[in-house]
Amino acid sequence: MKLRTLTLGLLSASALALAAHAESITIATVNNGDMVRMQKLTDDFTKANPDIQLNWVTLEENVLRERVTTDIATKGGQYDVMTIGTYEVPIWAKQSWLLPLDKLGDDYDAKDIIPAISGGLSVDGKLYAAPFYGESSFVMYRKDLMEKAGLKMPDAPTWDFIKQAADKMTDRANGVNGVCLRGKAGWGENMAFLTAMSNSFGARWFDENWKPQFDQPEWKKTLQFYVDLMKADGPEGASSNGFNENLALFQQGKCGMWIDATVAASFVSDPKASQVADKVGYALAPDNGLGKRGNWLWAWSLAIPAGTKKADAAEKFVSWATSKHYAELVASKEGWANVPPGTRSSLYANPEYQKAAPFAKMTLDSINAADPTHPTVKPVPYVGVQFVAIPEFQGLGTTVGQLFSAALAGQSSVDDALKQAQDAATAAMTEGGYIK
Amino acid sequence: MARAVTTQHKTIATVAAWIVALLIFFPILYTIITSFKSEQEAIQGFALIPSGTFESYAEVQAQSGYFKFFFNSVLLSVGSTVLALLVAIPAAWSMAFSPTKRTKDILMWMLSTKMMPAVAVLFPIYLIFRDTGLLDSRIGLMVMLMLINLPIVVWMLYTYFREIPGEILEAARMDGASLWNEIVYVLTPMAVPGIASTMLLNIILAWNEAFWTIRLTTTEAAPLTAFISSFSSPQGLFWAKLSAASTLAIAPILIMGWFSQKQLVRGLTFGAVK
Repeated sequence: MKLRTLTLGLLSASALALAAHAESITIATVNNGDMVRMQKLTDDFTKANPDIQLNWVTLEENVLRERVTTDIATKGGQYDVMTIGTYEVPIWAKQSWLLPLDKLGDDYDAKDIIPAISGGLSVDGKLYAAPFYGESSFVMYRKDLMEKAGLKMPDAPTWDFIKQAADKMTDRANGVNGVCLRGKAGWGENMAFLTAMSNSFGARWFDENWKPQFDQPEWKKTLQFYVDLMKADGPEGASSNGFNENLALFQQGKCGMWIDATVAASFVSDPKASQVADKVGYALAPDNGLGKRGNWLWAWSLAIPAGTKKADAAEKFVSWATSKHYAELVASKEGWANVPPGTRSSLYANPEYQKAAPFAKMTLDSINAADPTHPTVKPVPYVGVQFVAIPEFQGLGTTVGQLFSAALAGQSSVDDALKQAQDAATAAMTEGGYIK
Repeated sequence: MARAVTTQHKTIATVAAWIVALLIFFPILYTIITSFKSEQEAIQGFALIPSGTFESYAEVQAQSGYFKFFFNSVLLSVGSTVLALLVAIPAAWSMAFSPTKRTKDILMWMLSTKMMPAVAVLFPIYLIFRDTGLLDSRIGLMVMLMLINLPIVVWMLYTYFREIPGEILEAARMDGASLWNEIVYVLTPMAVPGIASTMLLNIILAWNEAFWTIRLTTTEAAPLTAFISSFSSPQGLFWAKLSAASTLAIAPILIMGWFSQKQLVRGLTFGAVK
């Protein structure tokens, strides 16, 4: 009896001591389906690492961006792991705000990360954030409407084909819009789409000397094509539509084509949510034969701020959440279709994943078609496909986005919008010291 | 005839009041309705009759623990209000009963601090909180909420105190009451309606404050505003879940407002008609 009491006492004391020593790490993240799923599966991590407790802070994307930027710039130390995107990683890494991820473990297999994705998250060959899920953009289209229009979508369409198909598919009487594209103003909203689109028209934000290029014919062609296409075949009030609004329209059968993030494929093909789930086809983002397609590249990634005092525990968590083991865990609990996409080559080689996700090949091809280090036809001094990886871009991108959104809404002409964009960009670049 | 006109006026006034009230309340009503829809219904356009599903509430509760956030909201709003009253009652007393040439200027200056956008002082405040170890602490946030609402509290109390005849306080002084006794036993009981409505309004303001409560907290001190914010999604449909989270967040303060509405209206209109 005494021995049992003693053993129990010792065990309790050990448990208490362990709890007292348990390190808690705080993870800032966004409310995406994949992130929410990860929060539900963390028992697997805490079982293997009983000395690490996880605290989650889930925030709206823009609030998250503002919160983590404030915290990292002031070295507030509120977070040990941050969910950030491809835009932030190169800028923050150069500022020495992030720790390089060089202790992810022997079985992590960093070489398995898709090169286009790891390239966007590395500086000087060092990985500064591990991708949790990656995406490009592509064309999602209604196979039935395409057939009705007497057309066949090629795997790699041109913009002219998209225009022709949109014209034929538009059926206002039945509420069908030929094409749905982003129009809501914002550097991550309409400007993500328009910047990627402009790459395929041969346009660029800046020349090699950081001179803004909105006064060049390539931008005029891009914006005019976009505005004309949307006026003829886009939904009403398109200047307010972002990802979620277009997703809702497509799921309700109100769009013939939708060019947006590859992660949308799992939403539009989900029979529980989409009325057109069995009628969706996929194609690469359009081009104009200039060597660049109009697709982007993005990865929501986990990074560790330099100010954390719990770097080892944080890196263990990042390693777990972005590992092959995590993909297998999700597959075993919720099926292969729910595994976070776009990060590891091995996932796309997996026959079970290919079977569960009919859009897998097109997603991988789209990701591989994007090159963040050489995003444009003409040379540029920046990296980033749908953004320019400089701190000034968030503000400038949103300003230009507002001007282009106004042009789409008919509040200004394409020429006026481009002239104002040129002036705004010139002022921002001069103020930032890029133009001497 | 006069009575008929009066009745007619009353009816028109009542109908107009109901229309205005419905217009003001409609966004909240529609949020509540949307919370009982599925995500698909929520995006399908305007509809006042929901399918009556509770799935969003179940998902919201499963995803985030509501009660931890609720507890923080109660603590922060009540705590900051008590702190504000402790500072504002003496301040308003001194300005109401011993005004100087500069009293009006001081009051205006206090109010002017509310005219500055909060984001303008985000970085200095964040750095002060960081250096004093107050980030994500309930005490720090309580002080912050007290400070941002203090000008309104002082102004409201000053207005109420001005209605109390100074002679009563003089009489108390002549009877030998100390300053403390004068404030606690003479002034405060007479100003109870004013103090109560100020308290209620301050609790509502603190409960709904979203800028600082989201930016100065992470996990420990995060109140319901942070809870709501976590349900907005950049990729995916979330309107029904967001509505359910919002309904859960506003329900307590709505119920409190309903039960205390007489007190609130009486306090807010106190001294409005002379």
